[in-house]
Amino acid sequence: MRYLPNTPQNQRAMLDAIGARAVEDLLVKIPAKARLSRPLALPPALAETALVRHLRALAAENADADRYTCFLGAGAYDHYVPSPINHLVLRGEFFTAYTPYQPEASQGTLRTIYEYQTLIAELTGMDVANASIYDGASSLAEAALMAHAATGRGEVVLAAGVNPLYRRVVATYCGGPGLRLREAPAPDGVLDLEAIRRLVGARTAAVVVQSPNFYGCLEDVAAVAEIAHAAGAMLVVVADPVNLGVLEAPGRLGADIVVGEGQGLGVPLSYGGPYLGVFAARQELVRRMPGRLVGATVDLDGQRGFVLTLQAREQHIRRAKATSNICTNVALCALMATVYAAILGKRGLVEVGEQCMAKAHYAAGRLTAIPGVSLRFPAPFFKEFTLRLPKSPERVVARLARRRILAGVPLKAWDRRLGDCLLVAVTEQRTREEIDALAAALAEAVA
Amino acid sequence: MARRGKPAYDKLVFELSSPGRMAYSLPAPDVDVEAARAQIPARYRRAQPAELPEVSEFDVVRHYSRLSQMNYGVDTHFYPLGSCTMKYNPKINEDMARLPGFARLHPLTPEAHAQGALRLVHELAAMLAEIAGMDAVSLQPAAGAQGELAGVLMIRAYHASRGEQRTKVLVPDSAHGTNPASTALAGYEVVEVKSDATGEVDVADLERHLGPDVAAFMITVPNTLGNFEPRIVEITERCHAAGVQVYMDGANLNAILGITRPGDLGFDVCHFNLHKTFTTPHGGGGPGAGPVGVKAHLEPFLPVPLVTRRGDRYALDWKRPKSIGKLQAFWGNVGMLVRAHAYIRTMGADGLRAVSENAVLNANYVMKRLEAHYDVAAPGPCMHECVLSARRQKKLGVTAMDVAKRLLDLGFYAPSTYFPLIVEEALMIEPTETESKETLDAFCDAMIQIAREAETDPAAIHEAPVTTPVRRLDQTKAAREPTLRWRPPA
Repeated sequence: MRYLPNTPQNQRAMLDAIGARAVEDLLVKIPAKARLSRPLALPPALAETALVRHLRALAAENADADRYTCFLGAGAYDHYVPSPINHLVLRGEFFTAYTPYQPEASQGTLRTIYEYQTLIAELTGMDVANASIYDGASSLAEAALMAHAATGRGEVVLAAGVNPLYRRVVATYCGGPGLRLREAPAPDGVLDLEAIRRLVGARTAAVVVQSPNFYGCLEDVAAVAEIAHAAGAMLVVVADPVNLGVLEAPGRLGADIVVGEGQGLGVPLSYGGPYLGVFAARQELVRRMPGRLVGATVDLDGQRGFVLTLQAREQHIRRAKATSNICTNVALCALMATVYAAILGKRGLVEVGEQCMAKAHYAAGRLTAIPGVSLRFPAPFFKEFTLRLPKSPERVVARLARRRILAGVPLKAWDRRLGDCLLVAVTEQRTREEIDALAAALAEAVA
Repeated sequence: MARRGKPAYDKLVFELSSPGRMAYSLPAPDVDVEAARAQIPARYRRAQPAELPEVSEFDVVRHYSRLSQMNYGVDTHFYPLGSCTMKYNPKINEDMARLPGFARLHPLTPEAHAQGALRLVHELAAMLAEIAGMDAVSLQPAAGAQGELAGVLMIRAYHASRGEQRTKVLVPDSAHGTNPASTALAGYEVVEVKSDATGEVDVADLERHLGPDVAAFMITVPNTLGNFEPRIVEITERCHAAGVQVYMDGANLNAILGITRPGDLGFDVCHFNLHKTFTTPHGGGGPGAGPVGVKAHLEPFLPVPLVTRRGDRYALDWKRPKSIGKLQAFWGNVGMLVRAHAYIRTMGADGLRAVSENAVLNANYVMKRLEAHYDVAAPGPCMHECVLSARRQKKLGVTAMDVAKRLLDLGFYAPSTYFPLIVEEALMIEPTETESKETLDAFCDAMIQIAREAETDPAAIHEAPVTTPVRRLDQTKAAREPTLRWRPPA
C-alpha cells in the first residue's frame, strides 16, 4: 500500500521495542463485544489507473462549464480563474499546512491571510475582515448572530431579495438562540422602503439587504441603512466582492457588517463548495467577530511578523462562550482569492466587473427582443437579471441543455410567484457569439 | 543564539505594487460597455477605486512562492500535531478534484446533467455510513464544527418531536473547544463532566448528571488523551436508559477504521473530519468537510437536500419536512468529497484497517521511546496519539511551548500544546500511519535531545526558534494594538 511506509520488518522492530507481540495487543481497551468481526463492506480497492478511469467516467456525466455554455448564477458564477492561482495553491507548503498556530513556522499562511483581510476590507469599504467563514450563507448567519449579540435584540429583518438559500441557512443558525426572522417584501424586485420602515423597530438587531439581490436587481442600500440606523439596528449587506470593482463599497453606504460569497474571486465552481465566506465589519465590532484574525506584530529582534490574534473570541479558548463555533475555515480558498486579487489588481477587477455588466446588458437586450420574453423587474441590474418567459422555464432549460447551453435557473422552486421566470447570469467569460447563440436557441424554444 | 541578519523575505503584495503593472489578461470587450454603464445609476457606482496592488504575473508567482517557503507543510515537514491527523495528502486526489466534470460544475446544473457528481456523493455517503456503522449520512456540513452543530440540532429536533424539552448537553472536561461552542450555539446549556486521573470519563460523575433535562452526551472516541474509553458501551447504554442521545466527535476516527464503529458502540450521531481521517488537505486552516452520520431514528432530521437514488437516477431530495434545514448555500464541500471518495476507493476495507493499525503502532512506538524522558499523561497502550507532559521540564524552566519552539529548529513542526486542558504542560503527539519508522526515530531523537538540553542549557531553548523566518513573536502587542490590515505608509 503506497501510503503506508511501515514494512513487516519495521512493524516487528517497533512491536519489539514496545514489548507487544502484535498490534492486537495495543487494542486491548476496546471491548470485545464492540469489535467489528468482519471486514468493512466497501467496494474493492482500486489501483491508481482504475481509480482515474472510474472518476473520469463519473466526471464525464456532468455538464461542466468547459463543455457547456454557462449562464447559471444565483450565488455561484463562472468567472475566469487565472492559471497562476492553481499552481500556487498546489505548493505543498501552503496546501498541506495546518492552521498557523505556530506562527514562526507559518509566516507564509499568516501573511497571505493578512493580505486577504486587507483586500476584503478595501473592497467592502470596511475596517476589518476576518480570515474567512465557510461560504456566503454561513457568513450571513454568523452576521445575524453577531448583530444579536452586539445589540441584545432578538429580531432580524431580511429583505425578500436575499438569496433564499441563504435565508434557510440563517433560519437554521438562528433557531438555537431563538431569533425571530421577519421578511421585508420586494414586490417589484427591490425592497419596499415603506414596508421595511414598518418592520424595523426597537427589537430589530439587524436589517439584511443583498445588492445586487437574488433577482439581480440593485438595491438602494443607503436608504435601508438610514432606516436601520434610525431604529438603532445594524445594517448587514450581502455583496459579491467581484462586483466591487465597479459597484459602490457597502461600507460607504452605511453597512455595519458586510458578508458575501467570495467564490468568484478565483475559486472553482466545484458543484457548490468549498467556497469562501467573506466577513467584514466596523472596527468597534472586532472583538465580537467570528473566526480567525491575523494581526501584525514584531519578533524578539524587532522584525515584522504576523500571528493569529484576539483569540479570546474563539472556541479553543472561550469554549461555550465563544463568539462562534467555527474552527476549520476555508483558508486555501482565501489564498485563491488573494492571488486572484493580486493578479487582477486595481484595474483588472474594474474591467472584469464592467465586462460582466456590459455582457449582461447586451444579453438582456437580445433576449427581451424575443417575442413574449421580457424583464420581470424594472430595477437596474448588474450581471444577472430575471426574465419572464412565455413557456415553462424548466422545459426551456431542459431543451437548451441538449444544445449544451445552461440557460439559467428557473425560479419556481425558490419562489412560487415566479413560476414563469428564469434567472440569467452573464460573466466576463461569455462571448457575444455565445450570447447570440443563447438568444437564437431561446427564440426557437419559446416560439 | 541570535539570528544571522535579516530574514530572507519580508514583503506583502501591496508593497510590490507599481502603478501601471498588470498580471491579468482579458479580451477586448465585444459588446458596448458605455451603453451598459449608462444603465447603472451613479449612486450605485464605486466612487473611489479599491486600492488593490498593481503587479506583474511573475511578481505574483515569485511573491507567493517565497511566502510558501516560510511555511512548514506535511509535504516538507513531519507534523506530529495531536488531534489534527496530519497525514500525507495523496496527489492523485488533487488531480481528481480538478477534473472539469467536478471542478467546473455549477451547483444549479439541472440534476439530469449532474448525475456523476450526485452519484459520487451518494456513494461516499454510503461508504462513510458503513465505516461508522450508521444508517444515513449527510455530506453537507462544511467542517467538523458545522457537523457538530448539525448533530446537536438534530438531537434537539428529535426530542422536540417527542414532546420533550431537554435543556442541557453534557461534555467531558477533556473535550475539543468546538463541542461546547457548537452545543451552546444550538441553544443548550453546556455541563462539564469530569475525567478521572487517566483521562477517562468519570462514570459516577456522568451518572450524577444524567436526568430528564439532559438532551445529549457528547464525547470524542478515542478520547483526547489518545485512549480508548474501555467503558464506552456501558456509557452509551446508561445514557440511553436516561433518554439521552449520544454524540461521537469523530476527530479521532483514524484510530478505529475497520476495528470498531461508532454505531456499534451505541452512538446515535457522529461526524467525520474528511480533512483528518480521509486525507483532504488542511490548506493552512481549511477548507475541510464534516459529514454527519446518524442512526435511523434521526434520519428524518438530516439537513436538506439529501442525495437520494431511485433506480439508476440520483436526485436532490428537498421534501423532508422534519429536516433541521440548511447549513451551507449548496450541497456540501463537493471538491473535498471527491478527494475523500478517491482515498476510500484507493484504500478499500483492508487498506483502511491497516491505516488505523499503523497509526496506533506508530503512536505507541513514539510513546515508548519518549516515556523515560517526559511524563506520560495516561498509561498506555494508547491509540493513534499519545499525550506527554512537560511538567518535569517545567521545573527546570522549560515549558511545553519551549519544547515546541525548539522542535521547529530541529526540523519538525510542533505537537499540539496545552491540549487537552486537563493535562499540565500537555504535548499531544499524533504521528499518523503515513510516517516511517526512520522519521519517528529522528523525531524521538530530537525530543530526547530537548529533554537533555532542558537539564543542561535551558536558556538556549528559550532562544528557539532561530532558524525560522521570524523568531518568537509578541502576541501581547498583537492583541493590545490590533493591526489587522495593511495600510500604505503615511
